[in-house]
This record gives sequence, C-alpha cells and structure tokens, in this order.
Amino acid sequence: MRVPFSWLKEYVDIDCSARELQDILFGCGFEVEELIDLAGDFNRVVVGEVTECVPQEGTHLFLCKIDAGEYGKDIEISTGAPNVYQGMKTVAALDDSTLPGGIHIKARKMQGHMSYGMLCSGEELGLNEDLFPGSEVYGLLDLPKDSVNGTPIAEVVGLNDYIFDIALTANRPDCNSILGMAREVAAALDKPLKMPATDYECTDYEFEGFQVSVEAPEFCPRYTAHGVHNIRYDQSPQWMKRYLALCGLRSISVVVDITNFVMLEMGQPMHAFDLEKLESNRIIVRRAVEGEKIVTLDGKEFTLNPENLMICDGSKPECLGGIMGGLSSEITENTKELLLECAKFERDNIRKTSRSLGQSTDSSAHYERGVSEYTVELGMARALHLIQELQVGEISRSHFDIKNGQPFEGPYEEDGLHFTGTLSGINRILGIEVPADTVLDILRRLSFKVTRDGDHLDVTAPRYREDIEIGDPDLAEEVIREYGYDKIIPTFMKDATVTSGGLTPEQQRREKVKQCMCAQGFYEIQTLSFYSDADLDALHFAADAVERKCIRILNPITDRLSIMRTTMAPSLLTTVVDNIKFGNMEGRMFELENVYFPKSLPVTELPDEIPHLGFAVYGNDEDFFTVKGAVEGLAQEFGLTFEYERAQDVSYLHPGIAAYIVCEGERIGVFGKISNLVTSELSLPKDSKANHKIFLGEIDYPKLVSHIRTFVYKPVSEFPAVVRDLALVADEAQECGTIVKEIKNACPAVSEVELFDIYRSMAIGKGKKSMAFKITFVSDEKALSPEDVNRFIKKILGNLKFRLGVEMR
Amino acid sequence: MEDKIKELQAQMAEAMKNISSKEELADFWQTYLGKNGQVAGLMKNLRSVSKEDRPAMGKLVNQLKKETEERYQKAKEKQEALELAARDRKEQIDITLPAKKRTVGSLHPLTLTRNEMVNVFSGMGFEIYDGAEIEDDDHNFTRLNVPQNHPSRDMQDTFYITKDILLRTQTSTGQIRYMDAHKPPLKMLSPGRVFRSDSDATHSPMFSQMEGLVVDRHITLGDLQGMLEKFCQQIFGENVRTRLRPSYFPFTEPSVEIDVSCFKCGGEGCSLCKGTGWIEILGGGVVHHKVLANCGIDPEEYSGFAFGIGIERIAMLKYGINNIGLLTRNDLRFLRQFQEV
Repeated sequence: MRVPFSWLKEYVDIDCSARELQDILFGCGFEVEELIDLAGDFNRVVVGEVTECVPQEGTHLFLCKIDAGEYGKDIEISTGAPNVYQGMKTVAALDDSTLPGGIHIKARKMQGHMSYGMLCSGEELGLNEDLFPGSEVYGLLDLPKDSVNGTPIAEVVGLNDYIFDIALTANRPDCNSILGMAREVAAALDKPLKMPATDYECTDYEFEGFQVSVEAPEFCPRYTAHGVHNIRYDQSPQWMKRYLALCGLRSISVVVDITNFVMLEMGQPMHAFDLEKLESNRIIVRRAVEGEKIVTLDGKEFTLNPENLMICDGSKPECLGGIMGGLSSEITENTKELLLECAKFERDNIRKTSRSLGQSTDSSAHYERGVSEYTVELGMARALHLIQELQVGEISRSHFDIKNGQPFEGPYEEDGLHFTGTLSGINRILGIEVPADTVLDILRRLSFKVTRDGDHLDVTAPRYREDIEIGDPDLAEEVIREYGYDKIIPTFMKDATVTSGGLTPEQQRREKVKQCMCAQGFYEIQTLSFYSDADLDALHFAADAVERKCIRILNPITDRLSIMRTTMAPSLLTTVVDNIKFGNMEGRMFELENVYFPKSLPVTELPDEIPHLGFAVYGNDEDFFTVKGAVEGLAQEFGLTFEYERAQDVSYLHPGIAAYIVCEGERIGVFGKISNLVTSELSLPKDSKANHKIFLGEIDYPKLVSHIRTFVYKPVSEFPAVVRDLALVADEAQECGTIVKEIKNACPAVSEVELFDIYRSMAIGKGKKSMAFKITFVSDEKALSPEDVNRFIKKILGNLKFRLGVEMR
Repeated sequence: MEDKIKELQAQMAEAMKNISSKEELADFWQTYLGKNGQVAGLMKNLRSVSKEDRPAMGKLVNQLKKETEERYQKAKEKQEALELAARDRKEQIDITLPAKKRTVGSLHPLTLTRNEMVNVFSGMGFEIYDGAEIEDDDHNFTRLNVPQNHPSRDMQDTFYITKDILLRTQTSTGQIRYMDAHKPPLKMLSPGRVFRSDSDATHSPMFSQMEGLVVDRHITLGDLQGMLEKFCQQIFGENVRTRLRPSYFPFTEPSVEIDVSCFKCGGEGCSLCKGTGWIEILGGGVVHHKVLANCGIDPEEYSGFAFGIGIERIAMLKYGINNIGLLTRNDLRFLRQFQEV
C-alpha cells in the first residue's frame, strides 16, 4: 500500500523524519517494504529565471541566460523548447546535475555554443498534470512567477515528499487506508489524530419511490446508498488530484475522484450510479442468474453465475458488486443525479468472483482484505461531506441502509468488542513485567477504552479493530507492539517441565537406511511428490495397473503435476535422464519418501502414505549384479536374507534382467534394468541411448521394516568350519539360486554357499555349464570329520541329481 | 694340486666378476659348484694326491668351496636385488593419473540441514512427529484457527484432492495431530514436506518446513525467543543474536517473526543481509487460545509457543546456496559436494 508522507501529516502532527517513522512503523508491525524519496533522484535541479533569450541563427535553439540564485546569475544554457521566453521561470538542470531515472546532465557544446545544463519539461521531471498543473504542456515547465530562483525543484513542484510502501499483515485490514495508518502513527507517536470532517447537510429533495433491497445478505451484509442531485461536472481540486496521483490513480472527474479518494483515505470502496440511466426506481443486490451478462466500465463482458453478486436496477445488472461498475450507468458530464453506493461485501465471495473472472481492481483488493461496517458508515459520510464541500452537488434526503437484508435506521454502534483481561495475564504471556500505567497508556493511545480494577481490566476495542477477539493475548500483542519487542528478555523455558526427546527407534532406522545407501555410493535426491499420467505412460503401466489408481489434484498448477505418485520409478527415471543431460555419465541415487494410495476411489478419506525406498543406478561400470550387491548390502545392514525371483511382469523393466526382492517369502520390492522399449523412448540423443545402462529399484519400506528383528547376538560355533569346493555341471538354463537353495536344504550343516566360477567348454558339452561352489559346513555340536563332510557331500549330490539333474563334474 | 686350486680360485674370481644376470649366475653354479662342477672335480682329484698331503689339500679345496659358495650367495643376493629394482622400475606408474573414485554417496542438503535441526531440538527435549502430507481441512485450517474465508484457504494457494482433503500447506497440522494424542507438558518437532500452488521462479509447489510446539504451564514469549536464540546459535554460530518483530499468523497470538543477526558480517550490513544486519529466519508466536481449546487443552492452565522454519531457507543460508532451484534439480554435480558435510 502506498502512503504519501504529506497525506499522513494531514491527520497527525508528525515531528520525526520519514526514515525515523519507517523504523517506528517496523517496530509496531508495519513493514515498510520501500521508502520512496520523491526528491531523492534530483540533484542540482533548481528554479531558473530566463533573463536573456536569443534565437541562435541557423538553428532551432535559443541561447538563454539563466538566473539560478545561489547557483549563478548568468548561466548559459541552450534550449530547443519553443515556449521559452524572457522572464520565464522554469526548471534548470545545472551542469553535473541528476534527473529522475539517474539521467546525468553535463555542460556540453551545442551548435558551437557551450550549454551549462538543460532546461526541463514537466515530463522530464517525472511529473504529470495531476501532480503539478502544466506538466504535460509541450515544452518547458512554466513555473509560477513567485518561485524563488535557485530553489531545489522538488520543493516547488511538490516532490519533496516520501511514499511509504507498506506491507500489511492479513489481520489488519483496518490499516489498509491512509486514515488507518494515521491512527497507528498517532498511537506510536502519542499524538492526537485529526479526524477528517464527515459532516454534511441534506436538502429537502427526495428521490421519490426509489427502493433499495438486498436479496443476498450472505454476500452483502451491509449496503448503504445516498442520492445526490444537481450534479456539477468538474475537475477535482489540485490537492485531491495530487494525493490520487501519489497513490498511483489518475484523476477522472470530481465525482469519481471523490469515490477513489475515500477508498484511499478511509479504505472504503464506493461506487456512483447515474440515476437517470437506471431502468427503474430501484437497486437490487442479488446473486446473478446463471448465464447473466454484464459489461463493466473497462468494456469487458463477463458471463456470470449465482456465485457472483450483482447490483441491478429493475431489469439489468448495473455493477459487479465490489469489483467494478457497469458501463451502462457510468457517470458522465451529463449526469445530473446520482446514487452513491457504500457497502460491505463479503470478502471471500469477492475474492472468488475476482479470481474466477480474472477481474481484479483496487476496489476488489480492498474487499478481499476486509472492510468493516464502521468504514461503510464513515466512508459514506466522508464522501457526502466532500461532495458538499467541493460543491459538486446537493445531498438529498434519500438515504438507504440495509443491514443483513433488513432496513436499518440506526443508531450506529459506537464501540467494538467489549471484553475483560488482566495485567498479570498480559505479563504472563510476555514473560516480562510491563508497568500497569504503561499498559493503560498504550491501550489508550490505540483508542481502547479501559477501566482498571486492581489486576482486572475492563476493555472496549475500537469498532474498526475486528481482529481483536480473545482478551489477554490480543492485549499482550497490542502492548508489546508499542512497548517494544526489544524489551522481551530471552529466557530458556525456566519454568518448563523437563521432557525427553529425540528420534524414535523407527525414525532412527530410517536414518540408518539412508546412511546404508550413502555408504554404497548412492546420493540422496528429493523429487516432487506429484507427476503426470504421461510419466506413467512413459513407463508403460497398463491401464488397469495398481499404479494408475492414483489420487488426483483438483487444481493442479499444470497437468505435469496433477497426480500423487504411486511409484518412485518415474521420479527416478526423470532424474537419471536429467543427469545424463547435465553430462553426468554415471551415478547412483536414492530417495526414501512417500507414495500415495487412495483407500478408495473417488477419494473419501485420508489416503495411505507409504514410504518407498526408490533407487536408480546407471553408468558403464554398472550391471545387474552391482545393483544386486547394493540390495544385498541393505539386507546385510539389517541382518536380513533376501531371495530373488525373476520379475517378468514389471512394465518398465527388462523381463530377463529384473528381480523381485523376496524376504521371508514376501515380495518387498523389485529392481532391474529398464526395458529396451523404455530405453528407446527416453528423451536422449538417439546415438547415446544404447550407451546408458539404467537400473531402477523400489522397495516398499514398511514391508522391509516388518522383517527386521531386534538385534540379539547369536552364539558362534565353538568348532571350526570346514570348506569344500564343488564343481557341478548343470543345464545352461539352470539358475544358480535354485542350486544354492537345494544345497542348503540338503544339509543343515551348510552355513554358506558361494558361487565362485562359471565355466563352459566343449568338453562339458553344448548347453551345459560348470559351476564351482565354495560350501562351508559347520556344526554347533562337534568338530566335523572328513567323513562327516563326505557324507554331507554325498547327500547334497544325491539331492541335486534327483531334483535338478545336476551332477558333479 | 695346490697350483690347480689356485688357478681355479683365480678363474672363479674372474668369472664371478662378469656375472650380470640370473642365467650367468646359474652357469657359474653349474660350471664350478654343481655336482659335476670343477670344484667337485678337484674333490675327486684329491684321491690322486699323496696320503700325507691329502688332508692339507682337502682342507684347501673345502675352503675354496666354502668361500666360493659364500661369494656365490652374495652375488646371487646382489643379482636378485638388482633384478627386483629393475622390476620396480618396470612397474612404475603415472602417479598423476586420476584417483579411483570414492564410492561413498551423501545425503541431500535438505536432509543434512533437517537432521542438524532435529539434533538441536532433540537435545532440548523435543519429540519428533512425522505428520501426514495429505490432510483434511480440519487439521490444516479450521482447528488451527484459520477461519473459513481466510486467504490461505483459497484455491490459489492450496492443492485440493476433494473439498475436504488437501495437500497440507504447512507442518502446523502436526500441532493439532500431536496435541490430540499427547497432553502437556509437551515439546514436539514436526518436519516434512508441504505443498502450495503459488509456484513461480522463487517458489516451488513443494517445500519443507519444520514445526515446533511447546505447551506447558508458564510458557512465555520470552521462552520462544530464548529457545530459538539457542537454536540459531547452534546452527549459525555462538555469537549470533535474535530479534523479534511483530507479525501475524492465525494460530498464534501474539505472532512474531524472528530475525537472526547476520552471521556473515556480524550485523554490520552486507549483501547476505541486504545491508540490514538481520536475516529473516522463522515465524512463531504464543499458541492461540482457540488452538489449545480445539485440542482439549485448557488455555487458562496451559500456554505454549509454536514456530515454523523453512528448511530450504536454513539450508541455503548454511551452505551459501543462492538458487532454490538447485535443491530440487538433483544434479549429481551439486549433490556430490555434500559429501564434505
């Protein structure tokens, strides 16, 4: 919000500088995002009187001599402006001066003559007609004759001013106006607030038979309107134009300017209807009918629905309530009678309508923050006062006031919320002792009415403070805001109970999983929890795949981020592809975060959030077994034994190079190389695709965890282990895992089976392979003799031959 | 005989000098010291020496054999040393070739930051609560005293799944969930992902927050500042100070922003703190009476404070990361650097 320093001073005698005020406002909760010094850009730009003015022959230039007071009496400056004349007082930017926008003026030769500066137009000073009359005249700015030569120009044209650009917090809509900020400044400086005049006198004139009704009080809890007649179409006075301009509004006509002025001054948006253009003698505030249309003042047409509030005459929409008036009842120079509207519209509805129509105005912005009924009453009175004071028209007797849908005849409330508090309660919240007199003084300055009875406070909030609601905490905030947050003494919970804290065993385990992955060369990544159907398509998930039964976001920012993920695979693959594009030719990555499954579709209750451990491995040195090694590492970390089943039905994985991870008979995850089809469709240069071996894996984390037992030490056998090598001949298709399982099943004394070589040759036979295993035997009961081991081997070989047709080489 | 011995001795000394390889060494052995070598030949010849001379000659021959064997041994050792040295030379590598890669990865900077923060608060007695990311309106808004028409409820800011189910916009949901299950005295920290639909260059639709909550008897605004000052000192260095600024959150009253004195310039003013000497760190305040009451805790008996910290912001400040996008780009060149942490 833009707040001109000079405008604030209309209501408070401010005796500190703008910079000091900025700090004071910051301390009491109003962050000045930018303090704009309007004179800050000017340097050595002063009032100069043209004492001589001679046309230079053969050029369009005039050779002038300028009297710039203390800066020099006969400064030679050339100008091409045709409106220059001897005796003119204008703007002289002297040698080595600065204009707005950092434009630097230096003495230079023009058409053979030195010119020690530049004479300026209003536009070159950044002025417009509203800020300073005559600014938009073509040529030099013609200053009043009583301007003193050598005076810095900002003082003369009203730019010796500051704009506070203030960021308001959502709880203080009452400060969304010059008056609102003036109240705070008055309180902070402990100065009286000079309330703007709101008195006016009505004529006997009445708009007979005119009716106002509110059919949608849920969107419009308060609606007031007042008839004005004998309108005189005119320009606004300069002071009003200037204030509007400093706040970024252009002057239009005095009636419209008054409504805008009241909006800025009081925070109350207003609207004026040309009464002659209304189709009947009535105003109806109602919801729009589905498909109803309105053309607003800016010429845009909108199609409405019943969630939009309309201000209508007897037949047609005249105003998009709280947002913008309609073109048909616009005030013009021919307007003779008008109806001023001043209302409170419900802020949520204004916001929704404004967003859904894409129509945002200063008015809607005010309503979205919130407008109080106090402001409605004050704003109407102020506007009527200004109409009378500026002789814009006459105030009729026709006043309409509808509160909650019913005619309201007053009296207006005087006070806001009445509640009780305690001094001790305030201090208990703050943790310091604020002297009682200080508390009372601060609340008085903030216009709270307080009576004190010992510790007890009886408080009445001002009407505009609709944010006050619960007593001591509100009072504590008001007090400390003015008393100063630097008075708070940091304490370290001296009166609090000691509590034990820290991670639960489950939380610690999660960290251990991450550490285990890191130890195996994986980098943790963080990917978005949502992606798109296209991401699932890219991995060829079937239409009925469980991964497709996902949660959809009703209002995604983009289709690319529209569904909650059910698998980590797309996130991982995207990250791999990104990294290849970054030029990272190999990598290991993991993420342990949630996937989301609805309990039912459509979603009716909170879904399941299941953490998945997703991992991706790619690069020339990687293969299925390096990835499997990482998976085994994880198993080892938690004392688990994983088995592997061929995974041929995972849409994105290579059917021959993928495995389910099985733990105690339960599938807990899957990993493998991405299929040739998926690889071929990656958005990578064609020639590079084949070079990337990409492996993806995903483990259902809760399932993994469910198999982890509390660690207890297992006794080590007192007897030494015996190791035997065994070379077996098997069919090429025979899987190693089956043989290992069979060896283990055949003999309880087998503690470990490790494949250490695979060998193929003509001697072994076509379609056959020789597999060499190292088998470790150990017994808890005795030292195994060679005979014992021979017996075991015999049993193992017997079983292998019988069950698998595998024989010793 | 004696002459023969001397002659052989001289011959062998000469031959020994010329040995420069393993092969020549073997030749020498074979020629002189082997079973059929010349020394053995001398031994055999002893038989032809007279009986009285035989012991003396035998002694000489034996001496010659012993001496030669010793010298042979020395020569052999020397030769072996030479050959190993030659092998060393042959095996020389280019030590300036790149080192073999470290095989250890690292945690994401957000996790590192989060863990560090969790550690600090764990030490202060906070339990860690992992809240759900998909929440209902009640826990994300209503019971946190966010009224029905509050701007943060607007469709612009919140991702909705249904009218009532949404992606949580703040970890403050943890306050309600935790207070439903635990009664004071309590200290809770709830880190996690949150989601907002106001995505632009400086906002990601997903980011991380950490909510803190303390409820007990006699908890004050001073306690909030005191505790968070300790936190800031552990994260940013012992000498940092904090200041409070008034602010507004629906679920705290009074609400404050907490700034930390700039740890780069010590408060003098620099580019990091934009010349102000202070850096915005987090928001918090005294828990709103209505929030306590909404969780069945009597606000007359108990009070508390709550705070929310953006983990991205702390990570960026800690590690000097100037572009928030790096935290979600997952570029390994970026992630690899965090091995150091």
